[in-house]
Amino acid sequence: MKRTFPAATAVLLAASSAAWADDLTLCWAAWDPANALVELSKDFEAQSGHRMSFEFVPWPNFADRMLNELNSGGQLCDLMIGDSQWIGLGAEAGHYIKLNDFFAANDITMDDFLPATVTGYAEWPKGTPNYWALPAYADVVGWTYRKDWFERPELQAEFQQTYGRPLEAPKTMDELMDVAKFFQGREIDGKAVYGAAIYTERGSEGITMGATNALYNYGFDYGTPDNPYLLEGVVNSPEAAAGLEFYKELYDCCTPPGSSNWYMSENIDAYKSGQVALQMNFAFIWPGVEADPNVGGGRSGYFVNPEGPAGHFAQLGGQGISVVSYSGSQDAALEYIKWFAGPEVQQRWWDMGGASALRAVVEDPGFATSQPYAQTFLDSMAIVKDFWAEPAYASLLLAMQDHVHSYVVAGEGTAQEALDSLVEDWTEVFEDEGKM
Amino acid sequence: MANSMIERAAAATPSVTARRIRGLSDRAIAWIFVAPTIFLLLAVNIFPLIWTIRLSFTNFRANRPNAEVEWVGLRNYQRILTDADIWATMQATAHFLLWTIFFQVLIGFALAWLINRKFRGNDLWTTIIVLPMMLSPAVVGNFWTFLYQPQIGLFNYTVAFLTGADPTSFSMIGDVALAPWSIVIVDTWMWTPFVMLICLAGLRSIPDSIYEAAECDRASNWRQFWTITIPMTLPFLMLAVLFRGIENFKMFDLVVQLTGGGPGSTTELTSINLKREAFEKWRTGYASAYAIILFVTVFGLASIYVKALNKVKER
Repeated sequence: MKRTFPAATAVLLAASSAAWADDLTLCWAAWDPANALVELSKDFEAQSGHRMSFEFVPWPNFADRMLNELNSGGQLCDLMIGDSQWIGLGAEAGHYIKLNDFFAANDITMDDFLPATVTGYAEWPKGTPNYWALPAYADVVGWTYRKDWFERPELQAEFQQTYGRPLEAPKTMDELMDVAKFFQGREIDGKAVYGAAIYTERGSEGITMGATNALYNYGFDYGTPDNPYLLEGVVNSPEAAAGLEFYKELYDCCTPPGSSNWYMSENIDAYKSGQVALQMNFAFIWPGVEADPNVGGGRSGYFVNPEGPAGHFAQLGGQGISVVSYSGSQDAALEYIKWFAGPEVQQRWWDMGGASALRAVVEDPGFATSQPYAQTFLDSMAIVKDFWAEPAYASLLLAMQDHVHSYVVAGEGTAQEALDSLVEDWTEVFEDEGKM
Repeated sequence: MANSMIERAAAATPSVTARRIRGLSDRAIAWIFVAPTIFLLLAVNIFPLIWTIRLSFTNFRANRPNAEVEWVGLRNYQRILTDADIWATMQATAHFLLWTIFFQVLIGFALAWLINRKFRGNDLWTTIIVLPMMLSPAVVGNFWTFLYQPQIGLFNYTVAFLTGADPTSFSMIGDVALAPWSIVIVDTWMWTPFVMLICLAGLRSIPDSIYEAAECDRASNWRQFWTITIPMTLPFLMLAVLFRGIENFKMFDLVVQLTGGGPGSTTELTSINLKREAFEKWRTGYASAYAIILFVTVFGLASIYVKALNKVKER
């Protein structure tokens, strides 16, 4: 009896707590930051009594699976850390709840977050103070390089002799090409290595997320400030075509054999296994690179996407966290967002390998030196540009995937033809949407 | 009368229900038994088909259920039939279909012919040969991407060993000229055993007495092959072609895992293209029209083929 009483009390207590606690499911992509968020969320569970569960889907299937979930009005996810481009669809199709009133009631202001992340992850329509998400994970495409190879005297001497400048992290697109060509096919430590691992994946968003880093810097844009749907001469300008030609040349000259369908994980593998000197990838991989026994611990360096003849931009990644309108636990989900927005939580988010968008964290004087990649992250976040976030973004994205992959990887037609076809497809999409 | 369907059904039914059954005609009873199946067919096949036909004349998008749906007439059909990308997809499918069937029938028949000859270890070899078709297409697609990997892939090293070429000098799934063949090779590797088994059934159905009679008539092996073996296994071969044709027309998983439809759109088969239109771009109306066109094409071709098959069987 003595033993039964405490046990029964515990069961009753558990049952009573279950009466007020909610089960929250957070949906996101399956990647390193998601594991950090699981750890971080344990504090929320302890504080709130709510139980967190997580649904993580690998990146290639993430959009497919989660957009199906949202489109079918599914109740699997209470919280969605959806890709930045989904925000238009999330808002217009009623998948996400609007957060303005909640932010106002809880003293959460978007002025506290990096402006690029607010525009990229939270606002719809863009440039208006209508918020559908809280910036959750700041991310941007940047480059990783083998610092230990760059520091080898014999390679430095050879590079200096060939190109007339020191072997260092490239600052322009032309320098990037030179460095990639220099390493392509070279033998280092008895192994053949290659220039660069770049995004070429066709099925989801890979090659678009890669090629835009060249396109933006050569003059490609999505409409103009006066006419956001002006495509002719903006998307397919001769300068934009030159940007696409650059990306193709980089693919043809300087990537490992068989890299015709590579995205984040393939690039990481190629870099960590010592196949490539340079790696294009989102900044989320940098904590993992630093911790890697083969390429971490000072053997890698980081640099911002190099400048091009028409500007200096980098492709925005990252996501905001939204409350799904079909959730039966919206109050608890909002509670999570309030907790997540707190400065202490955001600081720990960065410390654990997450990427905070809170200015109090990233503008802290010690931030830039807190990690070897922190300054590059800050510099990259200052020059971001994002893909369309229209409700029809999937059609726009797939059209770009098709045309860019057909030109860059399959070598079909010319860059100008690829972009002209892209304008045709995008025009058709916007006409169907009633926006042109 | 005692053996009528009503009496038999009533005898096997509780008495209250039995009294009701006795008041029904044979035809009514038959309908009662068939009705659930017909209802299921209507619900699962016919209704979705009619619904799809209706959607194909609209601009409906399944991801925007609250948006206004517009009747667009034949515009979706017109767009599809005049879209060069769709025709390229059809060509890729035709290439895949024709070559896989050709190789599978050729190799499958040859293997069946060899296996049909009695030799030591016959059963073991049969088991080994049929192993690939027991694997999941997604798994096969994944591990062939490794076999095709230029730097570490066994396929490239085998080709390099045989030809002296550099294994990293070609990429089966990254090269426009090679990628269509890469999917043909994998599908042939996986499904030739299936064709072999059908052919083996055909070969084993030929009575030995026919060959014995041919030998009495001093017919050569070559003549026996062309006048007995081929004609008598032809219905089986045609059946194998029909099965593989239908399967490969809707091929999806293996190719998605292997090439993802690339490079460019080189290996984007119609089923992959249709899925992208329907469930990635969410152009439901357009995708419905696309599906109807494919359905009519497959249904038409299959009907003609089945008629030909029946004629061969009647011979």
